[in-house]
Amino acid sequence: MNEGFILSNAWLIPAIPLISFFLVGMFIRPASKQAAGLVATSAVFLSAACAYMLAWEYYQAFAPEYQSIVPWSIEWLRYQEFLSVSVGVLVDPTSILLMVVVTTVSSLVHLYSIGYMHGEEGYGRYFTYLNLFTFSMLGLVVAPNIMQMFVCWELVGASSFLLIGYYYDKPSAVSASKKAFIVTRFADLGFLLGILILGYFGYHVYGVLSDSSTSVLAEMNQYSSTAIQPFDFKFLNHPAVIAQFADQGSLLGGISMLTLAMVLIFAGAAGKSAMFPLHIWLPDAMEGPTPVSALIHAATMVVAGVYLVARLFPVYAASGSALLIVAYIGAFTCLFAAVIGCTQDDIKRVLAFSTLSQLGYMMLSLGVATMAHPLGYTASLFHLFTHAFFKALLFLGAGSVIHAVHSNEIWDMGGLKRKMPVTHITFLIATIAIAGIPPFAGFFSKDEILAAALGNHHQIIFGIGLLVAGLTPFYMFRIYFVTFWGPHRTEGAEHAHESPPVMLLPLAILAVLAVIAGFVPMASFVHIGEPLGHHGINWAIAIPAILVALTGIGVAWFLYAGNQDRVSKLVQNLGVVYRVIKDKFYIDEVYLFITHNFIFKYISRPIAWFDRNVVDGSMNLTGWATRMSGWILSHMQTGQVQTYAAWYALSTIVVFGLLAVTLQ
Amino acid sequence: MGILSWIVYIPFITAVFVVFTPAPKWYLIRWISTVGTGIHLILTAVLTWKYWQVASPDFSSMKTATLTKLYLVERFPWFESWGIDYYLGVDGISVSMIILTSIVIFTGVMASWHVKNRTKEFYVLLLVLVTGVFGVFVSFDIFLFFVFYELAVLPMYLLIGIWGTGPKEYSAMKLTIMLMAGSALILIGFLALYNGAGGQTFDLLELSKVDYPKSFQIWVFPLIFVGFGILGALYPFHTWSPDGHASAPTAVSMLHAGVLMKLGGYGALRMGIYVLPEGAKYWALFFMALTTINIIYGAFGAVMQKDLKYFTAYSSVSHCGFVLFGLVTLNLIGMKGAVIQMFSHGIMTALFFSLIGMVYGRTHTRIIDDMGGLAKIMPWFTTCFYVGGLASLGLPGLSGFVAESHVFLAGFFGNPWHDLGIMRFLTILATMSIVVTAVYVLRGLAKVFQGPIKNPEFAKLTDADITERISTGVLVFTMAAVGMLPWYLIDLIESSLMPFVNRLH
Repeated sequence: MNEGFILSNAWLIPAIPLISFFLVGMFIRPASKQAAGLVATSAVFLSAACAYMLAWEYYQAFAPEYQSIVPWSIEWLRYQEFLSVSVGVLVDPTSILLMVVVTTVSSLVHLYSIGYMHGEEGYGRYFTYLNLFTFSMLGLVVAPNIMQMFVCWELVGASSFLLIGYYYDKPSAVSASKKAFIVTRFADLGFLLGILILGYFGYHVYGVLSDSSTSVLAEMNQYSSTAIQPFDFKFLNHPAVIAQFADQGSLLGGISMLTLAMVLIFAGAAGKSAMFPLHIWLPDAMEGPTPVSALIHAATMVVAGVYLVARLFPVYAASGSALLIVAYIGAFTCLFAAVIGCTQDDIKRVLAFSTLSQLGYMMLSLGVATMAHPLGYTASLFHLFTHAFFKALLFLGAGSVIHAVHSNEIWDMGGLKRKMPVTHITFLIATIAIAGIPPFAGFFSKDEILAAALGNHHQIIFGIGLLVAGLTPFYMFRIYFVTFWGPHRTEGAEHAHESPPVMLLPLAILAVLAVIAGFVPMASFVHIGEPLGHHGINWAIAIPAILVALTGIGVAWFLYAGNQDRVSKLVQNLGVVYRVIKDKFYIDEVYLFITHNFIFKYISRPIAWFDRNVVDGSMNLTGWATRMSGWILSHMQTGQVQTYAAWYALSTIVVFGLLAVTLQ
Repeated sequence: MGILSWIVYIPFITAVFVVFTPAPKWYLIRWISTVGTGIHLILTAVLTWKYWQVASPDFSSMKTATLTKLYLVERFPWFESWGIDYYLGVDGISVSMIILTSIVIFTGVMASWHVKNRTKEFYVLLLVLVTGVFGVFVSFDIFLFFVFYELAVLPMYLLIGIWGTGPKEYSAMKLTIMLMAGSALILIGFLALYNGAGGQTFDLLELSKVDYPKSFQIWVFPLIFVGFGILGALYPFHTWSPDGHASAPTAVSMLHAGVLMKLGGYGALRMGIYVLPEGAKYWALFFMALTTINIIYGAFGAVMQKDLKYFTAYSSVSHCGFVLFGLVTLNLIGMKGAVIQMFSHGIMTALFFSLIGMVYGRTHTRIIDDMGGLAKIMPWFTTCFYVGGLASLGLPGLSGFVAESHVFLAGFFGNPWHDLGIMRFLTILATMSIVVTAVYVLRGLAKVFQGPIKNPEFAKLTDADITERISTGVLVFTMAAVGMLPWYLIDLIESSLMPFVNRLH
């Protein structure tokens, strides 16, 4: 094992943005805004360079076994002996993949933001937050244990909150940021409970193993710089540990403890990855600046849920029913979001629903995989990889358009093809990529997902996947045609200009990636369980999928490329159905009803009232009673000897009377 | 005089200096106080270092100890015939609480920079009060402990009654009477301990060696626990806290919520669980249920509050619930979580109250709905408020998470004497608070700081000045330091908590 410099110092990758965050936030930002942007951006580029170096060194040193190694870690939080949390860096093919994706997209978004945010009042603050986010996301990706994952999970949530609410004087942005945080927090409650269950049983299994089979623990300690702990992924994913978990008995209704824990953890993942029914925060999150949407709400943070399930995949696989839930929630979200996406008019919201739908693909792909047939695992991460590039590109392209037109509505745009040639070409490339037309990136990963679903006999899920493969090109080409073709619909579109080079360069780079990312032989880099046999393009699935996609494009062209009469006629014919879809099935309203009526009206307000009037009232009553008795007794102090004598005589009689009675 | 006596009496000596300063020279008075508390902060650092020197060799042997080991002891007889000693000493828990108090009083003095009304009396009372607090944390003779305890609680009446706002006389009276009722319970409990041990000594460590019969423990433990619990805002005896905090002036709220409420948790741990382990085991589940109510109820109570101080006070009720909850899990993780939460909440709530005071000094309103858009005018306060808010909702990287994760884990791990199912059920209820906390914190922050500027007159206001920046900056820094590097605090307290746990077995 010949470790390179970056491999043995892998902590640099998250640490560089962290250091930059402190430097920029505390010292550089007050001094110069421009410098803040430059330092923040170069820090992330540096971090990206380190990530590439790391990938190279790792694949050199560890081929072809691809061990997961922890080259650096320190004890961070010690709960008690044999139950502590370390902070460290886990390097394995999956984390390298994510590190590459995160640093690449993040550095390009930083670069793009220099142009996009130019002249904003909070320019320096923006870059500070962006650095914080990049650090947290990298910390999440490299987490060697579930607690570090949770810690960074919360931190990405907080930085996402800060960035969505970046325009803090805009009430809609403020409430969107609150919504995003609270909905994901609610989901994190599940995550936390799942961790508590895993931690508890992990601790016991650890005890059992250290008594009986120390060799297992020794094996786990290999390639690790601190001793293995119950929270470590390596520990939780170990077959010996999973076998012990499975024996931990079941609850009411025969749900095993393991399934319960994994479903709870999936709740957290579903919150972050905006799976139905916790998806409501993501479309609103588009209130943030567009580069933020590209980075956080398309390419990186929202895939954290997918990554979490992938990280714990062996444990999920051991609990088949938890994995089945993952698959069906994913498939449902995939379809549900695509349907809504067809009706939205805000370009960023369409992209947001498209993100939901694509995340659904990744989840369902994980859900259909098993340890014996793990193609879905690879396919999911492959799709995560390609999606990051073309979706970031779509968002940045949309940002470029919004920057030029000063509106998010697609009906305010139109005819931008000639006004913004670079934006147009790159946006088209990304649209084709997401549509799944070969040889662009999306085709390969989607094909693999469909193959995985069919290969493991999930016909329903395969059917949904194929259907969405047709819907995706439809809604994507819908916005493409409306935005870039046709006449200029407004003044804004009339006077649109191409964006500055600092914004176009990231677009160009991402466009190249969106073309070539599909050719990466992912299966030979990232896989789990049984080695994948031959795999390539499965033409029996690919050809129908391409045909479906072309149909989608055709329909979009037919409806939106020219005259809009066909659309309005169709909308009229659909009537109520269209309305319901356009209003996103009224899920938001349901949530609003529940929070306002239950939490505010029927819980919080009564509690506040109860506290002031009943609990505190009883304290005041005690005080009052004391005062009253004092007042009553004070009347006995009349100062008249006669009264005192009368009381004296009376009492004496009573006392003697009582004595007489008791003595008898 | 040893270092511990200096720790206790430096605030008192400062108060004496203040007494002899002519009242019109209020600027001198606040400088004297600042210097005095600044010296105290340095001395606290020295104490921590010294403690570390003498105590760290024993850390490993403490793992099996059942008796608290004291360091830097100062002891001589006081009332010999009754067995009362002047007996000072520290363990890790005391040291961590002294650090907390020293930071809070230093920042509190700086936060009171603008008190113009009877400055002299204000500072004297504040410094006397804090003398009592330090005394409590280092006393290991329960008589002495009680003397200091009363010294800490009583000046509060005057501080709120004279320098407070709103219905201050009512609040001051209510607070004092409720806390006095708590003191009465504690006194009965202490006398019972003294007599039960044969009336020879008030030495805490000696008393803890006594094998009190179980029936005795069962009736004395709730007296002591509830007595201290009143100060620790135990439901349903928490109602002094919203009124008291709302009426108190800035530094007093800071000190009271930040430090005095910690005396409750500290006393319940040191005098209750330590001396009466059997009683603790008997009552733990009952108190766990009460503290679960604390946590949830306080959080929901905070959601609908209109006044920033009531808002923070209810949030304190919820957070102090975590302290007592952690204690009654009766395992190491929980007690550690409780002590960390005392520290964390102390800093956090001091930050909140100081910020509220500073913002109030400018806007002259604490009503949440009247504010809005302050972020643009007061970026420094906004940043500090956000950090505090995020700490309060348990964001990792800040101190709240360290404490809360301990407490949740502890509730889930349970202990050998109680039904695991019930403990877990209560823990799950308590974890729900992380969502409710997020709701009220974000709601409050959004209403006060975000959105458009609500009142055009606010646009003229200024951001923090230098003393305000120092005092809030110190608190924010401490919170982040504990959150990011928790092992220092954990190392400090962990070995000292071992005897508490070992005694239970």
